[in-house]
Amino acid sequence: MRINTRTNTPVWLIALLPILSIGVAFIIGACFILWAGESPFKAYAALIKGSLGSTFAITESLARATPLIFTGLAAAVAFRAKFWNIGAEGQLYCGAMAATLVGTGVIDLPAPIMIPMLFIAGAVAGCLILLVPVVLKTHMKVDEVVTTLLLNFVILLFVNMLLEGPWKDPMAMGWPQAARIIDNGVLPTIVAKSRLHLGIIVALIMSVLMWAILRFTVWGYEIRAVGHNQQASTFYGISINKSVLMVALFSGGLAGMAGVSEVAGLKGYLTLTLSPGFGYTGIAVAMLAQLHPIGVIISAIFLASIYVGADAMSRTIDIPNYIADILVAISLLSVLVGAMLTRYRIVWGK
Amino acid sequence: MKKLQFSKICKSFGSVVANDNISLSLGEGEILSLLGENGAGKTTLMNILFGHYVSDKGFIEVEGKKLTPGSTRASLDAGIGMVHQHFTLADNLTVLENIILGTEPLTRLWSQKKQAYKKLQELSKRFGLIIDPDAKIADLTVGEKQRVEIIKALYRDASILILDEPTAVLTPQESEQLFRVLKEMVKAGLSIMFISHKLHEILEISDRIVVLRHGKLVGEVTTKNASKESLAEMMVGRKVTRPAYEKLKKGKAVVELENVSLNASEGSASLSNVNLAIHEKEIIGLAGVAGNGQTALASILQGLASPSSGELKLFGEVLGKYDPCYLTESGVARIPEDRTKEGVIGEMELWENFLGEELRTKAKSRFFIDKKQAVSSAEKLIQEYDIRCEGPFASTRLLSGGNIQKLILARSLSNNPRFIIANKPARGLDEGAISFVQQQIVNAKTKGAGVLLISEDLDEIFELSDRIAVIFDGKIQGPFDSNKVSINEVGLMMSGEMKTDSVYEN
Repeated sequence: MRINTRTNTPVWLIALLPILSIGVAFIIGACFILWAGESPFKAYAALIKGSLGSTFAITESLARATPLIFTGLAAAVAFRAKFWNIGAEGQLYCGAMAATLVGTGVIDLPAPIMIPMLFIAGAVAGCLILLVPVVLKTHMKVDEVVTTLLLNFVILLFVNMLLEGPWKDPMAMGWPQAARIIDNGVLPTIVAKSRLHLGIIVALIMSVLMWAILRFTVWGYEIRAVGHNQQASTFYGISINKSVLMVALFSGGLAGMAGVSEVAGLKGYLTLTLSPGFGYTGIAVAMLAQLHPIGVIISAIFLASIYVGADAMSRTIDIPNYIADILVAISLLSVLVGAMLTRYRIVWGK
Repeated sequence: MKKLQFSKICKSFGSVVANDNISLSLGEGEILSLLGENGAGKTTLMNILFGHYVSDKGFIEVEGKKLTPGSTRASLDAGIGMVHQHFTLADNLTVLENIILGTEPLTRLWSQKKQAYKKLQELSKRFGLIIDPDAKIADLTVGEKQRVEIIKALYRDASILILDEPTAVLTPQESEQLFRVLKEMVKAGLSIMFISHKLHEILEISDRIVVLRHGKLVGEVTTKNASKESLAEMMVGRKVTRPAYEKLKKGKAVVELENVSLNASEGSASLSNVNLAIHEKEIIGLAGVAGNGQTALASILQGLASPSSGELKLFGEVLGKYDPCYLTESGVARIPEDRTKEGVIGEMELWENFLGEELRTKAKSRFFIDKKQAVSSAEKLIQEYDIRCEGPFASTRLLSGGNIQKLILARSLSNNPRFIIANKPARGLDEGAISFVQQQIVNAKTKGAGVLLISEDLDEIFELSDRIAVIFDGKIQGPFDSNKVSINEVGLMMSGEMKTDSVYEN
């Protein structure tokens, strides 16, 4: 057995990769379901019914996909430039805090102004908090993986402090949650009798926007160049620090918008359970999409469907919804292995 | 009986045949030169000898005994020692420690330094390889490091010594000294295989010459029957033409450095008080052993660093903005030292790399990439410079070194630059590509550009330059008219052993 470098990778192979990986994940997942004592067919049928089986199920999946598109984009843009932002979770909460700060009555403007303002506030908050790791990296060469990751906990504790203290809503009967977003700030639902809200439209627009920036602009070229080869980028006159800063602003901003979308669209108020790790799942979304902004939409919807479907499945048959995490983890691993196989070819025999 | 015998060695990688039925032998007390271009199969053959690769067919015998294929240990035990082009020494250990590294069994608790010390001194006396066993490797010069590598091989009782491009990093004088040592060694019965592509050295040192081309053994001659021309032709497979030198009347100064200094950043040499002027229609060759400040000088001229003191005038005006894009826009062509790591981004497509420093200047309203225009100009340059590739959308990493260099030349020279900073433009290329690159530089000079050619290859410098400057320890001597200075003098200046009054003229 030998491993050869592929001279060129056909496009169909790259497109096929996530699909194959998901197939592998479902096959291996089936073993776990068997182990739990249920029929995989029954389980997967329940999963698919729960995520795609009805209009309600579909809107639920899409509503769950919305924050994942934002955080997936946040990770994809950053990883393109090899800036390892693991802090989307914290940036998401910063965005949510900004939306709470601006959107709970301090200002009241008509919705067409109020809603964009909330998104801008959230994006700015996400950017600002990410500036800390960026400055530490560009000026003192501190590894951003550590700083962005640890900041998540700092921010979560800070949110906790706010919710137990100054921001605690007296109307919430003792629950640690902030005041509601005022009516003009709430993102309207786009399908009647569902929780699917305007956030997904914003998310889709951001995906297309990021794709266009990466593909057609000087910024996009610089981001990709820095990600591939810093030495050559410097030789081309691209400032590494400037590019990292730019990428960080995009990434933090997108993650912040995820927080706005959740607070103003789904929940209506800030709590500590706002995000069940959307920031981290965003990394999986980005990797599964191979860092492609349009691919992020598809992989976010896919992962969201698995989570929503697994919840439904665990309600109908006796399989814990942790199976969703297993499926996501295996598809991610398969993609990583598969990505290697798109660059190398295994040749059997001599 | 032959000391070392390769019999019908074949090795291929995929569809590439690296070694095709190669048989050759090395006698006792003989210096055999292995000559060939990059990619001719020299390295593969040596890797097979050292057990890094297993040959597809054929075998190797040492003193009549078959060598176990694929075992480095077996090769070392058989008495084969190798001195690599890139040193394999631990910088933070002493000479003695480096030499015994790997020779002692793991199970031994106390290392036998005393005995090793004695053996080392014997060896060093016997072959005239003078070295202080207690010196730290980091403090040694390049020539001394190489001596350590040779002693390391001898310490392991090597009777066959393979030297891979040993003179690439040496000054002419250091090379001379190395040759004396080598001749001493063969007198004592060692056999030496000398790998190189520098013809005059091979003619000087070896008894017999074997030429490889495209994986095949194409010629074998005894040195006294060989000439530079015949060897070059054998190596390349056709007559080699180098660009003809032509003296032109030099014009205005394009670059003037006045007392330019650059303090060293991590791991690189600094530059102190450099004065140098480069004029239109002239090539100034900058000779020097690597690591004496060439990188610092190049980085200033390429806009990657600004001097810590001093002044740089570009086309008569003081340069205030050290920025690659700005320099390129004002008419500077930049040829980087490391073409694959610095000159192009391998993962990006050809047309994207053609943009290079002009990414912003060629963009629509400086923001949107003008892909249509970029692709069509890439197509044009690919034709004009005969870049072998699958077209402008091919991934750049698939190109050979020579084609990558053509891309870089096309990118920078097609704008009719007035100043060219070329840092080792021909290094590591094959003969065909070398003459192409050199011809392009000479053509640019004829069109009126001033060129600073940084190179470690003195032949190249003497063939192309109008004037020659020498850099040593961050200081520059010269430039001297190339017909008024000898290779020997330049060599002495490169090692800091000769100082002249700086002949600085505007």
